[in-house]
Amino acid sequence: MYDTIIIGAGMSGLAAGIRLAHYDQKVCILERHYTIGGLNSFYRMNGRDYDVGLHAVTNFTEKGAKKGPLARILRQLRFKWEDFSLSPQRGSRVVFPSAELRFDNDIDLLRSEVARAFPGQVDNFEALIEKIVDYDDLDQEAFEVSGRKVLDETISEPLLIEMILCPLMWYGNADSHDMAWGQFCIMFRSIFFEGFARPYKGVRLILKNLVKRYRSLGGELKLRHGVSKVIVDNGHATAVELDNGEVIEGKRILSSAGSLETMRLCSDVSEPDLSKAGEMTFIESISVLDREPSKIGNDDTIVFYNDSEKFNWHPPTDDFCDTRTGVICSPNNYVYADDEGKLADGIVRITTIADFRRWNEMSDEDYARAKLKWYDKSVEASVRFTPDFRPYVIDTDLFTPKTIRRFTWHDNGAVYGAPEKKLDGSTHVDNLFLCGTDQGYVGIIGAMMSGISMANLHCLRP
Amino acid sequence: MVPAEIRTAIIDILADIAPDEDLSNLNDDQSFRDQMELDSMDFLDIVMELRKRYRVQVPEEDYVQLESMASTVTYLTPKMVAVA
Repeated sequence: MYDTIIIGAGMSGLAAGIRLAHYDQKVCILERHYTIGGLNSFYRMNGRDYDVGLHAVTNFTEKGAKKGPLARILRQLRFKWEDFSLSPQRGSRVVFPSAELRFDNDIDLLRSEVARAFPGQVDNFEALIEKIVDYDDLDQEAFEVSGRKVLDETISEPLLIEMILCPLMWYGNADSHDMAWGQFCIMFRSIFFEGFARPYKGVRLILKNLVKRYRSLGGELKLRHGVSKVIVDNGHATAVELDNGEVIEGKRILSSAGSLETMRLCSDVSEPDLSKAGEMTFIESISVLDREPSKIGNDDTIVFYNDSEKFNWHPPTDDFCDTRTGVICSPNNYVYADDEGKLADGIVRITTIADFRRWNEMSDEDYARAKLKWYDKSVEASVRFTPDFRPYVIDTDLFTPKTIRRFTWHDNGAVYGAPEKKLDGSTHVDNLFLCGTDQGYVGIIGAMMSGISMANLHCLRP
Repeated sequence: MVPAEIRTAIIDILADIAPDEDLSNLNDDQSFRDQMELDSMDFLDIVMELRKRYRVQVPEEDYVQLESMASTVTYLTPKMVAVA
């Protein structure tokens, strides 16, 4: 009998596991995939290391900062700042046809860019910042207010609204078109108040440190152990059943599978509400270059682009992908420490909105062809906003909504889960709780924060 | 434990929670919150560590007693007198 069974070995499950094992609980993390990490996993191909989800670790604060989610999770997990060895970004951009906003990890650059590009909006932008500072994280009602409505009331230039929404939606909006005000504030803080960083060795460094710590505290981790059922008796979970039929008993269960996905597991739920599934999913085109991106004039860490004045954040309705908007990430363009040097290869990653259903329903042969075709199309769309890197490409990979589904098991390969977030993590079962994407926090630091706070709230209180 | 030992025990817990913090200049009469920016999650941690290490229970209504080092030591002294 375990004190707590955790479903999923992503960032949130591992962080929760560390908290519980540290306080002497008997904990078991069950993961269906053959590797850890969930959305933020990693793989090796043709002798090269790749990250799955990671463009940037958001919520970056410098060593010594006492406030903010990064400082909090380091304290809660007993890590030193160096354990994640995060290197800050060089600088990023939001680009629309008629305007550009540069930003970095100091909000003052964005302030001055807003003043340059939208001189009439300086006061309104300050008013927006005040509202974001005042937003209370744990208020479910305030969370669900329309973000676009608050923006319309605060900023009178529609283009600026679209340009602010673009990066925030790209890095954390499960909904289409609009964004919950709470999610907007969380994302604004994590990107503009705090900032982007990356470990030189990629996400594997963070994951390996999490697993090492978890195991050293006596936590058990079982890969290729998918949970197929949560056995519920009278509103109380007694055990989980695995894909192989094995039954494991636990006093409580913390699930990072997603809210809908967790409901589907419950033996007392016959039909989960599929209309609540998230739909925003992506393809990612990865290009390995024979030189650093900066050698061809690309010094940007991240570029968020949109090719019209209106930001279109919807699943594609009539094709596999929608290349009107995208994200260009160059992992080389972080300020790595002197003793780390440079990455082995030049890399450019392009993210493009995709339609899960179309990608999922193809034959293997069509799928392979579609991957080649959409690599070309997504890269072609991106080079309108970054120096053309195509002549220098020596290797490529493309992952799709199907890949994301395989790593996360989320319905539709929904990268940021379902639009509806459950901030307190509770479910209809008295000892089954949610953590991870559908609890409300996204990003690497956010996911760990979710695991920690749900472990504290539901599994550790005396 | 005597008050000086309890103080050392709390310092050990704080050093564990915040390894990057310099605790040598801690002002015993000023709140932890102001000096170290500890939040509610950290206070829960101090309580949990006390329970784990010394089997001392601090009920939720008493968390306010853990405001500063001085108030924490005063509060814990009768509770920890029997702790070796």
